[in-house]
Amino acid sequence: MTRFAIRGLLSRKLRTALTALAIVLGVAMISGTYVLTDSIDQAFDRIFTDIRQGSNAVISGKSAFDLSEGSGVTEPTFDEALLEDLRGLSGVEDAEGSVDSDATQLIGDDGKAVVYGGAPNLGFSIANPDSRFNPLTLVNGEWPGANEIIVDKETAAKEDFEVGETIGVQAEGPVQRLAISGIMQFSSGLTIGGATLAGFDLPTAQRLMRKEGRLDEIAVASKPGVTDPELVREIQAILPDGTQVQGVGQQVESDAEETNEFITFLQTFLLAFGGIALFVGSFVIANSLSITIAQRTRELATLRMLGASRRQVLGSIILEALVVGIVASLVGLFLGLALAKGLFRLFDLVGFTLPNTGLVFETRTIVVALLAGILVTLGASLRPAIRATRVPPVAAVREGATLPPGRFARLRGVGALLMAVGGFAALAYGIFADGLDTTTILIWMGLGTLLVFLGVALFSSRLVRPLAHVLGWPATKMGGAAGSLARDNARRNPQRTASTAAALMIGLALVTLVATLASGIIVSFKSSVNDLFTGDYAITAQNNFSPIPIDAAEAAAMAPGVTVVGNVRTGEALRNGEAGFITAVDPGTQEVIDLDWTEGPEDTISTLGDDGAFVDDGWAEDNDAGVGSSVEVTFPNGSSKTFEIEGIFDPPSGGSPFGAVTISAAAFDAEVPQPRNLYSFLKMEGGATDENQAALDAALADFPNAKAQSREGFIDNQISGLSSILNILYVLLALSIVVSLFGIVNTLVLTVFERTREIGMLRAIGMTRRQIRRMIRHESVITALIGAAIGIVLGIALAALLIYRVDFLVFSFPTLQVVIFVIAAIAVGILAAVFPARRAAKLDPLRAIAYE
Amino acid sequence: MNGNGDGPVVVAADVARRYGQGETAVDALRGVSVEIERARLTAVMGPSGSGKSTLMHILAGLDKPTSGTVAVAGTEITTLGDNELTKLRRRHIGFVFQFFNLLPMLNARENITLPLTISGEKPEDGWVDKIVGDVGLSDRLSHRPSELSGGQQQRVAIARALVSKPTVLFADEPTGNLDSTTGNEILELLRRSVDDYGQTMVMVTHDARAAAMAHRVLFLADGQIVRELGECNAHRILEVLEEIAA
Repeated sequence: MTRFAIRGLLSRKLRTALTALAIVLGVAMISGTYVLTDSIDQAFDRIFTDIRQGSNAVISGKSAFDLSEGSGVTEPTFDEALLEDLRGLSGVEDAEGSVDSDATQLIGDDGKAVVYGGAPNLGFSIANPDSRFNPLTLVNGEWPGANEIIVDKETAAKEDFEVGETIGVQAEGPVQRLAISGIMQFSSGLTIGGATLAGFDLPTAQRLMRKEGRLDEIAVASKPGVTDPELVREIQAILPDGTQVQGVGQQVESDAEETNEFITFLQTFLLAFGGIALFVGSFVIANSLSITIAQRTRELATLRMLGASRRQVLGSIILEALVVGIVASLVGLFLGLALAKGLFRLFDLVGFTLPNTGLVFETRTIVVALLAGILVTLGASLRPAIRATRVPPVAAVREGATLPPGRFARLRGVGALLMAVGGFAALAYGIFADGLDTTTILIWMGLGTLLVFLGVALFSSRLVRPLAHVLGWPATKMGGAAGSLARDNARRNPQRTASTAAALMIGLALVTLVATLASGIIVSFKSSVNDLFTGDYAITAQNNFSPIPIDAAEAAAMAPGVTVVGNVRTGEALRNGEAGFITAVDPGTQEVIDLDWTEGPEDTISTLGDDGAFVDDGWAEDNDAGVGSSVEVTFPNGSSKTFEIEGIFDPPSGGSPFGAVTISAAAFDAEVPQPRNLYSFLKMEGGATDENQAALDAALADFPNAKAQSREGFIDNQISGLSSILNILYVLLALSIVVSLFGIVNTLVLTVFERTREIGMLRAIGMTRRQIRRMIRHESVITALIGAAIGIVLGIALAALLIYRVDFLVFSFPTLQVVIFVIAAIAVGILAAVFPARRAAKLDPLRAIAYE
Repeated sequence: MNGNGDGPVVVAADVARRYGQGETAVDALRGVSVEIERARLTAVMGPSGSGKSTLMHILAGLDKPTSGTVAVAGTEITTLGDNELTKLRRRHIGFVFQFFNLLPMLNARENITLPLTISGEKPEDGWVDKIVGDVGLSDRLSHRPSELSGGQQQRVAIARALVSKPTVLFADEPTGNLDSTTGNEILELLRRSVDDYGQTMVMVTHDARAAAMAHRVLFLADGQIVRELGECNAHRILEVLEEIAA
């Protein structure tokens, strides 16, 4: 029986290969993701370890509570006097202090800040280049002296920076012009792709970063014979408040925390798309197996006649699936390696170069990728395999015997419907139930979505006839006889058409979901800006979302014609003990932002003073707060202040620039040493004009990271960030659409094979090859359109459910995108038909009739 | 060596088979009783729609009668479940098809030994070689069905049916898909296996020449056995057929 199964596969090479492709892509995505993220992980581990070489312990500032990573809010600095105290300790051999910032921008020859993708711009002090703590090596020139800068080799090469040249540097204050003293690289030769590195001597760095007399870190090396824990204990004894010490191992871990979070996120994100592709692939497998089994009815019945038991038939089909699964997963595994290489190159092309110390191929990658591929294949083969056991032996002697319907065939429609409804219920529970943690929510939503897709896919065989009737109408008009036959062919085996279309349905449902959410976000955001923003200009970072030093807004305020400046600062704090974002405003904001106050006076913003605050209505409700109640704010430096709530506002559906709690900029700046603005809004004489724009641009010349935009420019820019995320999602979802394309090809090839006689007959009674090709093409397009129709409706329904839940989103129908998706589906249909149509047209009418 | 004792190998009593229900019901068999004798070739003849195929399906356990009983090698088979029927097919029933039904991906030898492979049995020493020699396929064993002529394919199928020494071998129009010369060779081969190995065989056919090879010919019409002949020639058989039709 084993031989029978294997030989069977070999005798059906083409369809086996087409079927296997469906799994190959998903597995490749999974293995590629692991290889990619493991490789990045390894490279960063090397970098972080290298940076701390020579240190035994590291002292750093510590905020009063855990800050969220990547928000731009940094740990507080501490007094540099601590360095001398440390050097006096008995266990300390050597110690050096440093300051750093990940927003130290270099200005290129074109006058613009040098930024590659979203990579950071790292600036740091090199107190003593000869010390053991320096992880860098000179490539060229000298280490930096006062008012000098040293830059990394990669950036120097990309920007044509040369030793001796003077370039602009901007950290906290306006742009400074510094001479390049030299070019450096990590001693290990590694590069943090995309990031720019700028080193200064300590006083220059402290001045640039506005950290005079302060330090961010002290690196400590121990005397021989002193262990790291002993060293840490000795240091701990003299540490002032607001600082902490960690052994070097622990320090490397906390250095890597943010990166690791990013890598984990990237991994989960990409794996999800691999999972989707596999899920779609499982439909393709199930479908092609079903068709193959239907075509092998006589063969299977003969086996039963010769004494094979149902179990043996089941076993032989499962064995086939197992072999396909193993081979496809192995191919996918290695294709994943190539994919990882390709992704490195792709990230490189979009400017977000990832560090690379060679591809990492872990055992876990092999195990997970193979298991996923094999299990999905086996799972998908179960139903067809069970169907195969129902082939009665008598089918071996009866012409045209068909499979008897299963015991539950009549209940299938109801079961599928129940499954879809249950899926929606699970999804709704995940979305709407209170008090679930994120993982639970995701599990419910994932499970729900899976059930919805399965249920709809199973039920859709009932929708095929009416849908094919409607969607096939253009074919009958355009394709004549071929078109009419195509429509009838699409309808004659609804189950087959439905499961072929289902694979495409899933991909299209997901892209429609994404498009509808995006459309909702954009519409909500636009209307919210239009509701709130009464000024003429907005100043943001070049990337539209990073908080920027307040000097930029102060410089802009000096531009001729500026009448009002309203700044919105952002930072992290404990609000009544709960960590989160707070915002701060200056009085001018009153005139550029029009909030909808549910409680408190209309001019709350301008009358906050030193101890006033306003909150949004959601927070007020959750915290049982009203005007007159108080909120305690704890800042990162550890000090707490009580603010009185003076107003409560109702944010528009698209959100507001304000956090849950907002205080005055004056009160904020008193506690936050380096305050940053998220937005600055301006009013100018004459409104938004070319002259005013030029005046602002001139005023901001020293702040290359800041840009002034009119209201429309502001909206467009904020949205453009979203569209690059959208494009990534579309590309990743395209993978599952490619898988479904293979599914359609596969079904058509099998169908053509099955209808050999019929096609021969059509040819014999005068159909041309062209007409045959057209017939197959139309059938393919009708199938694709059925998938598109169900998928688009489902995607919109899922999006509507999510949008209903999220307060700051309104529903907006993505008309343009839906039109594009429909055209894409037609294109998929046409593309999928190319090969099968050619095969059908090539059939020799005589041989086709004589077949068998 | 086939079955137990000396009595008939297959006994059908008052077998009726009705397809469908109500107005559109069709009675394919209306009370057929028949005994198939050991080591004899029994031919079943009749015009299309006479019920001869249905009778064979029921005797072979492929279909169940609406009423009546069928015993194969002493076992009542109309009440058996799928697993027992599978075992029955392995031990007692061989089949030769009109369209050969060879598995295209297996070569001739693999096709012949397939029933043994399926039941997990080892062939008796020399048995496979003897059959292969007797059906004249010794030099074709490594060929796939697509590389064999129709006659050769049917020889493979006959060898496959003989290999497990079934209690009874059913042949369903074994010459229906062959030219007359090749058909005659196949018929002689079938008759030889009855004479040489003592193989019990039931052959359904509408070909009078085929029926003329049998020890006994049963004539079916309208779902009933209407005549029975012993060994006779094709001419006599044609006469009887015409009498039945009239």
